[in-house]
Amino acid sequence: MDANQVSNRAGQLASDAEMLASNLRGLAVDAGQMAQRTAEAAQLSPTIAALAVFVLACFVGYYVVWRVTPALHSPLMAVTNAVSSVIIVGALIAAGPAGLGFAKVMGFLAVVLASVNIFGGFIVTHRMLQMFKKKPR
Amino acid sequence: MSANLSAIFYLVASVCFIMALRGLSSPETSRAGNLYGIIGMTVAVATTLASPEVVSYWMILVGILIGGAIGTLIALRIEMTALPQLVAAFHSLVGLAAVFVAGAAFYAPESYGIGVRGAIKTASLIEMSLGLAIGAITFTGSVVAFAKLQGLVTGKPLVFAGQHLLNAGLGVAIVLLCAWLVATEAPAAFWLLCLVALALGFLLILPIGGADMPVVISMLNSYSGWAAAGIGFTLQNNLLIVTGALVGASGAILSYIMCKGMNRSIFNVILGGFGTDGGTAGPAGAAGDKAVKSGSAEDAAFIMKNARSVIVVPGYGMAVAQAQHALREMADLLKKEGVEVRYAIHPVAGRMPGHMNVLLAEANVSYDDVVELEEINRDFAATDVAFVIGANDVTNPAAKTDPTSPIYGMPILDVERAQTVLFVKRSMSSGYAGVDNELFFRDNTMMLFGDAKKMCEEIVKALGA
Repeated sequence: MDANQVSNRAGQLASDAEMLASNLRGLAVDAGQMAQRTAEAAQLSPTIAALAVFVLACFVGYYVVWRVTPALHSPLMAVTNAVSSVIIVGALIAAGPAGLGFAKVMGFLAVVLASVNIFGGFIVTHRMLQMFKKKPR
Repeated sequence: MSANLSAIFYLVASVCFIMALRGLSSPETSRAGNLYGIIGMTVAVATTLASPEVVSYWMILVGILIGGAIGTLIALRIEMTALPQLVAAFHSLVGLAAVFVAGAAFYAPESYGIGVRGAIKTASLIEMSLGLAIGAITFTGSVVAFAKLQGLVTGKPLVFAGQHLLNAGLGVAIVLLCAWLVATEAPAAFWLLCLVALALGFLLILPIGGADMPVVISMLNSYSGWAAAGIGFTLQNNLLIVTGALVGASGAILSYIMCKGMNRSIFNVILGGFGTDGGTAGPAGAAGDKAVKSGSAEDAAFIMKNARSVIVVPGYGMAVAQAQHALREMADLLKKEGVEVRYAIHPVAGRMPGHMNVLLAEANVSYDDVVELEEINRDFAATDVAFVIGANDVTNPAAKTDPTSPIYGMPILDVERAQTVLFVKRSMSSGYAGVDNELFFRDNTMMLFGDAKKMCEEIVKALGA
């Protein structure tokens, strides 16, 4: 084996090694992508989680409301009305940031409207229910 | 407050709201239920105020003070007879609040952590457009319902040619605008969607007549819940989702009960126009030449005094005349004479679910004396006197006998089985459904013409004499 052959062989080896390295790099990238995809599949989308809560709550509502006595259907409407003003939570977050902007004004108006409903709804329900007290004979 | 801690407190509030509805299963537990509701709301508001997104409090405080003062004042002043329009008005506020919150989320999405302006997450946009549309429909629909109940516009159904086609067109437009909004996030799409939904809410309720209001109010109640749930999805807030679902389910069940009480499908009610064709129905059309027996307050007092049992059937006419107090006085005097007095409530009597029960409770009638249709119907046969005050269609036997009648199949109170039927009515006019009531012409029926309240007061006078 002369010096020429040796250097040729060495060159070949080097290029082989380079190819191997690049293949390995590709493999690593693939593995990384695969891991990411698996992680994403395992992570629940927040919308799906919310949907689960929503459907279960519908069932709870269904069974609870069927047990409400028909005599109290008016108070039921008034109280559900007050309770649905919990939308104020969204309004508070809009009205909460520092500074003044369009969204904040929107939030403020929603806070006013929801507050009318919360106070009005609970008070009028209370007034109605006061009348459904057991009457002394 | 950390996000996890907030979530726990929101969960507590959700449970409180469930307990609030649960409490209404009986009058004894109902007041505790209302208290649960108030606690839940307080926890929810306090938790939100303590969250890191809220840093500026003065505007919120001003808002709550203004809104709270207005709400308190209205709720303390309102007459119980005006309850249906109050509830309708309150529904409209929830709808409008949902529109504003959707607007805030659209213009400042970063406050809610759902993306940045121009790049809101797709899922959030879908949910936002739903919340916006339902909220807007609830708002204008409730405003129309309020105007009808308050008598600001006619309670008669307003129908015009092509109405259903127009509504269907607007419905399709809403779907398309939602798609446009989700695809491009254009402010124009947002506001157009808002406008079209407002118009649809207005047009949907316009053709529905006054006596169908129990269904309409329940339906709008349900919508206000779904709007809250839609906003809850947008903001990824479980409390809003749970509460919205509870309220939505509650309103839907009430709508169902009301529809069943009229033997009509929800579509039939929503399509509207019911009760326009006055007096077209069946054999009662030839009623003009039949004789009606009418009597005075003294006659009525005499008959009832000598009866063993009386069942009172109240209807919307009693609410209009505010006759509940005079009626209770009359019942008290009869009870003193040893007469058994009970009240029979038809599910759709009045203008909202449970309307009659509240009015009777206001007049201090014990709820043990107030009986629902299914429980009391078989007792009419063993009853001496049925005293019908301000009700008509809910007693009409045509619902059982005449398949051509518009009210055929509707469950009715079997007052005709009582030995004597007394009808307190202002005139011979037909009821809301436009159907004559053959009961008026029966031998054992006596008509007491006059205002319900005056008639009761006169009977009270006659009983005392």
